[in-house]
Amino acid sequence: MNVSTEKDIYILGIETSCDETAASVVKNGRELLSNIISSQVPIHTLYGGVVPEIASRKHIERINQVIKEALASACMELKDMDAIAVTYGPGLVGPLLVGVAEAKAMSFAAGLPLVGVHHIEGHISANYIENKQLKPPFVCLVASGGHSHLVVVKDYGEYEVIGRTRDDAAGEAFDKVARAIGLGYPGGPKIDKLAREGNPYAIDFPRARVEGNDYDFSFSGLKSAVLNYINGCNMKGEEVNTADVAASFQKAVCDVLVEHSIRAVKEYGYDKFAIAGGVASNFALREAFETECEKQGISFYRPAPILCTDNGAMIACAGYYEFIKGVRDDYTLNAVPNLKLGG
Amino acid sequence: MKIIGLDSSGLTASVALVSDSVLTAEYTVEYKKTHSQTLLPMLDEIKRMCELDLSKVDAIAVASGPGSFTGLRIGSATAKGLALALDIPIVEVPTLEGIAMNMWGSEKLICPLMDARRDQVYTAIYEFKGMGKDYRLNALLAPCAVSVEELLINVNAFGREIIFLGDGAPVHEKYICDNVKERFSFAPAGRNRQRGANIALLGEIYFSEGKGIDPDLHAPEYFRVSQAEREKAEREGRAK
Repeated sequence: MNVSTEKDIYILGIETSCDETAASVVKNGRELLSNIISSQVPIHTLYGGVVPEIASRKHIERINQVIKEALASACMELKDMDAIAVTYGPGLVGPLLVGVAEAKAMSFAAGLPLVGVHHIEGHISANYIENKQLKPPFVCLVASGGHSHLVVVKDYGEYEVIGRTRDDAAGEAFDKVARAIGLGYPGGPKIDKLAREGNPYAIDFPRARVEGNDYDFSFSGLKSAVLNYINGCNMKGEEVNTADVAASFQKAVCDVLVEHSIRAVKEYGYDKFAIAGGVASNFALREAFETECEKQGISFYRPAPILCTDNGAMIACAGYYEFIKGVRDDYTLNAVPNLKLGG
Repeated sequence: MKIIGLDSSGLTASVALVSDSVLTAEYTVEYKKTHSQTLLPMLDEIKRMCELDLSKVDAIAVASGPGSFTGLRIGSATAKGLALALDIPIVEVPTLEGIAMNMWGSEKLICPLMDARRDQVYTAIYEFKGMGKDYRLNALLAPCAVSVEELLINVNAFGREIIFLGDGAPVHEKYICDNVKERFSFAPAGRNRQRGANIALLGEIYFSEGKGIDPDLHAPEYFRVSQAEREKAEREGRAK
């Protein structure tokens, strides 16, 4: 098969599963032609977290402009697309429904194939855009505000989730600790920044082990330990060094994520590891993985921070691999808020 | 002129195609499936049955609210996606006008009711006025979210016979029966729900009056802020 004679494939990706209205055009699953993200973070900050009804309302107000901008900055028109890919789960049902209904209507009116994409599959696929040479199999850690999954990527679109969180997602723990030390929402970037001024060894927070599955995570105990530590200080009248708390908490999260992930790569006998999701843009975590992977002779892949956040490019990319396998959805496609990965 | 009408504001999902004031096709479902699963497949069926060339459609009319927040957005996102891809305008048709159109020709007052939860209804009171081409709905009580008690104070003040309809009517049937002072009735099935045909036909009128809008600008008219915004306002009100 001569690759150079094959027709280029353009996918429009649409993502509205949480609080970013996003659309993108990606060529052949790897080349980013546009990536438009309309973030609602400033609005949800007023409420200390994402409010689903407000998110849904913002999505419907912004979605057409975002899609048109994605096409325009790729210098393309809807008719030039080969398919429309859209996130149909997991996520918040109201926000998901806006993207799904919009994508289905566009697919119907433009006569384009429709491909429903799993949000986590999207996050994993963000790595294909950034690292053109990356091919399955590899192990990927997906960590975000709503998800903490350790995934074996066996092939394009073929996944086995080997570890997941038993309680809070990693990003959720960041948000809750950030609130406790008065940083506010969103917690991840704020803790990341403050932690640089603190001592990660100042406080010995617990690294949870989970009974039953060595790959599963638990962050609620760690979160409680941080809250107890702060309460303890307050009761003793001691001033809390928030930078030390942030750094020590972050170190505890990173240690667990790194330990589980590296063990998985070795036990599955792979030599490639990737991170994805909002938490993957955490500076300390990227550094910790870089160091450990180098030590262990594992190739380490990570998307640029802009592709770690929710975006349409990752959905277009995942959609591309589903599309070339022949996956098509019909107009009954619905939002599935608790959609599972890998069956 | 071809107009597609969409209404998914309540329990009913309904899609219609109107061509030069003729109702070419209408598909209505009130079933346990979500609007997300029914609305576009129904339009697809109409397209196939009527060999509709989508490039000949002039505008998308959509029930713009009030109604179920999620239901309205499924209709709106569907309308916006269609209009974006076809590069045509959207015509916003108030949901309650669409329901009231079922009673065309009546000299009685017409009161559509939609269950708005929190002990309220989305409602309005209409009558038909004018003649010939100018015969149309006139709102005596503009669309609003109110308690049934408050609505019935208005209804009784008019002192005229009235017809209740809409999926909120059965919810409040007993209270209505006990408290309305004039003659009243409930519209029967087939004439008491949202209909795509009404949205498309009203859409055709509004579109010919130049009321089509850029689809980018369309969003539902909810008649209510979100619960989080309401609670935040209450907290801040107390704090002051």
